[in-house]
Amino acid sequence: MAEAAPEAATTTEATPASGTTAGDAAQRIEPPKLHPLLRFILIRIGISLLLIWGVTIVTFLLTNLVPTDPVAAILGDRAAADPEIVAQTRERLGLDQPLIVQYFTYLSNLLHGDLGVSNQTRTPVLDSIGQVFPASIELGIGAILISVILGLLLGLLSALKQNTIVDHAIRTLSLIGISAPTFWIATVAYFVFFFKLRVVPGAGRLDPWITPPPKVTGLYTLDSLLAGQMATFTNAFGHLILPSCVLALFTIGLLTRFSRSSVLDIIKFDYVTAAKAKGLPTGTVVFKYIFRGALVPIITVVGLAFGSLLSGAVLTETVFAWNGLGQYAYRGATTLDLPVIMGVGLVIGIVYIIVNFIVDLIYGFVDPRVRVR
Amino acid sequence: MSIGTPKYSAEGSTGAEAATRDPLTPGVKRWQLRFPRSLRTPLGFVGAAILLIWLIVAVFAPLIAPFDPLAQDFPRLAAPGSENLLGTDTLGRDVFSRIVVAARTTLPAAVFVVICSAVLGSVLGAIAGYFGRAVDEIIMRIADLVFAFPTIILAMVIAAALGPGLKNAIIAILLVSWPSYARVTRSLVMTARSSEYVIAGRLLGFSAGRSLVREIAPNVISPVVVLATLDVGSAILTMAGLSFLSLGAVPPTPDWGAMISEGVSQFAAWWIAFFPGLCILTIVMAFNFIGDSLRDTLDPHTAQEVGETTS
Repeated sequence: MAEAAPEAATTTEATPASGTTAGDAAQRIEPPKLHPLLRFILIRIGISLLLIWGVTIVTFLLTNLVPTDPVAAILGDRAAADPEIVAQTRERLGLDQPLIVQYFTYLSNLLHGDLGVSNQTRTPVLDSIGQVFPASIELGIGAILISVILGLLLGLLSALKQNTIVDHAIRTLSLIGISAPTFWIATVAYFVFFFKLRVVPGAGRLDPWITPPPKVTGLYTLDSLLAGQMATFTNAFGHLILPSCVLALFTIGLLTRFSRSSVLDIIKFDYVTAAKAKGLPTGTVVFKYIFRGALVPIITVVGLAFGSLLSGAVLTETVFAWNGLGQYAYRGATTLDLPVIMGVGLVIGIVYIIVNFIVDLIYGFVDPRVRVR
Repeated sequence: MSIGTPKYSAEGSTGAEAATRDPLTPGVKRWQLRFPRSLRTPLGFVGAAILLIWLIVAVFAPLIAPFDPLAQDFPRLAAPGSENLLGTDTLGRDVFSRIVVAARTTLPAAVFVVICSAVLGSVLGAIAGYFGRAVDEIIMRIADLVFAFPTIILAMVIAAALGPGLKNAIIAILLVSWPSYARVTRSLVMTARSSEYVIAGRLLGFSAGRSLVREIAPNVISPVVVLATLDVGSAILTMAGLSFLSLGAVPPTPDWGAMISEGVSQFAAWWIAFFPGLCILTIVMAFNFIGDSLRDTLDPHTAQEVGETTS
């Protein structure tokens, strides 16, 4: 099962050795009489912080070990030909310092919220990310809701009807779903549903003649509701539908496959047979016995699915002119704007770690066996 | 293992389904026995057929492509028709020829990157699992770090740092995909290492290398091969994603991801983006179909190790 749940493994493997010795180790560590749940939470926080620290090392090394000279990129050709200006710039940027000193400067800048300045627009990366981040969150929430609901239901249906035509159809469709490049599906869906059929509004988060609602959370749907602007809400919601469905497609496939195999595991247990034998109604058996048991391992997969949503967002937002993190990253990538790309990588890495931390916590609450590790 | 479910229940379906497809049981047609087990399911068969077609296209690309993929000989944005089967792009190049020729870079590059990362990952994983202690810690913590990023985000960051180009895209994918092999191999090696015949060999004075290569490796290879097969599809998707972000093959080299990227701004000329995407879809689908039926027909132990590592 270790590989069936990659990010559960990511964190659990930080405890010593393999599955066989983990139990022994947990028994030996007795002295600090912490509540197991509290200890579990503390360990998870520690691991997440270590990972975030690691992420900063990765982005630092990548920005510094690149073959292109950052000074030349900043100065342009003519100034870069003058050794004196080059030396001055190197000193100003701290590039004459040893790598380790540069790293600590970088780290302290990060802690002060300085992610650098875009080479193209000269605006601080953190400010831009702060502006576009809510757009991506809105899209991500929409997509994760759709994929969790549909994915779980399809997986459950597929498992209950195992080896029937329904099961085969769902399995084939979910395989096709995880095979399609999201950015292509986005293009095709936009073409069909907007350009040809006109059933959804066009690109962007709102129609151009509608002013965005007063900013509270940055999520247009939520903000317009808070301000009581129903027309704006309907418009924002309409714009949200197609991008979130497209983005959800891959994760629906992923979650369907996982929940199917998870439900198939649970169905075999004696308590399910016992429930059926008692003559409980099918609905009760399915939702109160099978589904609840199957839900536990699926929680981990939702964390994994979130990662692929973030990746999908980077590739799809451009198609829908959705002014979010993904479109920002796309512009950064096409213009090779390194501070922008590193900033986005850093932010997404940290968000992903935090999401997985939350998933681990929920998991620890739901399944007490996990806390032992 | 990690979440405390009973050991062989992880892939609940596989054991039962593999049993029903045993060649001796009724229900398996005679003709099906001529194929390897993994291709006997309808999905596996369809996947293999699609893949075969693509291999033929890639090998005979120069013969199949009617025109020079780089020549800007035709009217721009011409719709699919009798002369240009799938239309022309913004520079007046034949889309069909470009698609066919692009298969020649995408397929070998994806297989190459998967083989490289399988070798790199399993060697590192074997070292970590066999020697343990500090070596294990260092290798596996680096692996954890890679897992802390969503795949294409890290690949994007690395590819951007190295600069655009097919070679750098391959390096980026290699760097983000080795850890899954390292994890699988590490746990397999740790199990094999404590088995009695390996301990006996060590007592006889076998070197670490001999013990790893001659005694442990045979236990490790088949899960790694299965994992690699499952991985080709996602390698193609990641590569297409990178070239969509213009971090892949440099223009004017024909490339499916880059062609889709070009088509995004050309809604009236839907064929520019549609057909390359269809190619990616069918080829990734073929690998996923094969991988899926491969997983179904595995013995439970291998299935356990490989697990459901999609994405």
